[in-house]
Amino acid sequence: MQSTEKNVTQSITQVIAASSLGTLIEWYDFYIFGSLAVIIGQQLFPSDAGASALINTLAIFAAGFIVRPFGALVFGRLGDLIGRKYTFLLTLVLMGGSTFLIGLIPSYSSIGYAAPILVLILRLVQGLALGGEYGGAATYVAEHAPVGKRGFFTSWIQTTATLGLFLSLGVIVLTKNMLGAEAFADWGWRIPFLVSILLVGVSIYIRMKMHESPVFTKLKAEGKVSTNPLKESFQKRANFKMVLLALFGATMGQGVVWYTGQFYAQSFLENTCKLDFNESRYVLLWAILFATPFFVIFGSWSDKVGRKWIMLTGMLLGVLCYRPIYQYFIDATNVKEFQKTELKSASEPVVERTLIKDTKDSLITTTTFKTLNSGMTFKEATIVVIPDDVLAPLPEPQTVIKDVTLTRSTYIIIIALVFFQVLLVTMVYGPIAAFLVELFPTKIRYTSMSLPYHIGNGVFGGLVPFIATLVASFSGSTPLSGLWYPIGIAALSFVIGAVYIDNKREEHVAD
Amino acid sequence: MNDLKKFLGIIWMLLGPVIIIFLIMQASEKIALATEGIARTNTTLQWSIIILVFIPICAGLVIFGFYGWKGEYDKLPSSSSEL
Repeated sequence: MQSTEKNVTQSITQVIAASSLGTLIEWYDFYIFGSLAVIIGQQLFPSDAGASALINTLAIFAAGFIVRPFGALVFGRLGDLIGRKYTFLLTLVLMGGSTFLIGLIPSYSSIGYAAPILVLILRLVQGLALGGEYGGAATYVAEHAPVGKRGFFTSWIQTTATLGLFLSLGVIVLTKNMLGAEAFADWGWRIPFLVSILLVGVSIYIRMKMHESPVFTKLKAEGKVSTNPLKESFQKRANFKMVLLALFGATMGQGVVWYTGQFYAQSFLENTCKLDFNESRYVLLWAILFATPFFVIFGSWSDKVGRKWIMLTGMLLGVLCYRPIYQYFIDATNVKEFQKTELKSASEPVVERTLIKDTKDSLITTTTFKTLNSGMTFKEATIVVIPDDVLAPLPEPQTVIKDVTLTRSTYIIIIALVFFQVLLVTMVYGPIAAFLVELFPTKIRYTSMSLPYHIGNGVFGGLVPFIATLVASFSGSTPLSGLWYPIGIAALSFVIGAVYIDNKREEHVAD
Repeated sequence: MNDLKKFLGIIWMLLGPVIIIFLIMQASEKIALATEGIARTNTTLQWSIIILVFIPICAGLVIFGFYGWKGEYDKLPSSSSEL
């Protein structure tokens, strides 16, 4: 009884702050891996693996997403059986521990293929933990929120995924700037992983002081807690059809819009447009900074006009605008073409000769730093392999562009275009926690809402960088071909959502 | 609107298997290319993961379509007691 009174008096601000901080840290842990995919690929795989290393690293990154639905089932069930508070404390410990350990894994040169295998295992633990975390936090806050303000209060939880990404990018850029590029690529990339243990420690301390959700406490006191949440969620036709509707009509489209607007945008600018490491991250940092308040604006607005059309408008705009936006990215950074007419100066070429591992062949890299009339700069590297056998034919040299920096005006336009994509993210993501919470009853809410959320975000969304990069590597494809995956999924989700979902808001979630 | 929900239900039921067949065809084409050394990145493992992940999701789409076709979504539950 005393505990119930405490629950009531605990202020909603504390509830939001404590839930959001832990969730933010979990997202941070989850995203530093993706933000460092290129460097981790070089550390985990043989040095001559090239594009395979990046794709395999993205596959390990994607594996963390694929297991999220399983984490949703395991921890969702636990949350509906023993309560929200202890379940998401457990997920936090698992996430923090596995992130810290990734920072300690030796590289491929020290332990061979054991390195990617160990990282894969830890990545799977991360995915399981995240699968249990989000549903708990969203449910916990929603069950504390007053009627008519559920969208507003849960939207704070919705900011955490993007702010976690922001924090991860910020820590990476800061660490790299402090250590220098060489030390960062060598060992400094481990620091963002190791730092996580401190953040998780603080968050565990705060969460230990929280009370159980009042709605769940009441349910438990009345003896109405579900005895088998999985069975009730997925074997009961009436509930299962809502799980399917939530997945295909909302979370599937929301997931691809989220990951295209943030992850794929940054990955595309860095890997396809060859933007400088820091510049591609600064673009996303600025865009996120300006767009983040809109999670709360759209979440709050959904309390007044309903959740459905805000989310679906975000998906539709993504379908219509992605290709023109990414076409602009390519056109604005096409320095290979620009230099034919606009080359202002080129530095003396720097020639570097390295031995290719396990062979006697050499790699000659000739790098020239070039400046265009517009002020854009870039490095052009010509790479040629010199075989040890002097009679062997010389392979064709390859020219690679890297470290492109933009003019101020182009830089601002690109930030604006990424901002627009993050704005779409806030439209689809801001109201979705309230939407999901309102679909399902208290006793199986954690389980029922977690599964469609994590299939939508973990599988459909998390696979965006991997599938899009894979599609773009097909022969005959263009750099924009990878976009057909998020466009197709968002379009399908839009149609299903528009036809099948109601726009009404459920007033009570205590039943 | 209910007629549209039912009609689209049939589309979703057909779309599930079509997606899986499309993925299998793509996988066999790309894996064949990879073994010839043309595109080493499209490996069997990667495609197997993609297909294994999407098979249950496509099965879910078929069930969703079936429910739509049967009129299960004509009226959505208005309270938790209906679930």
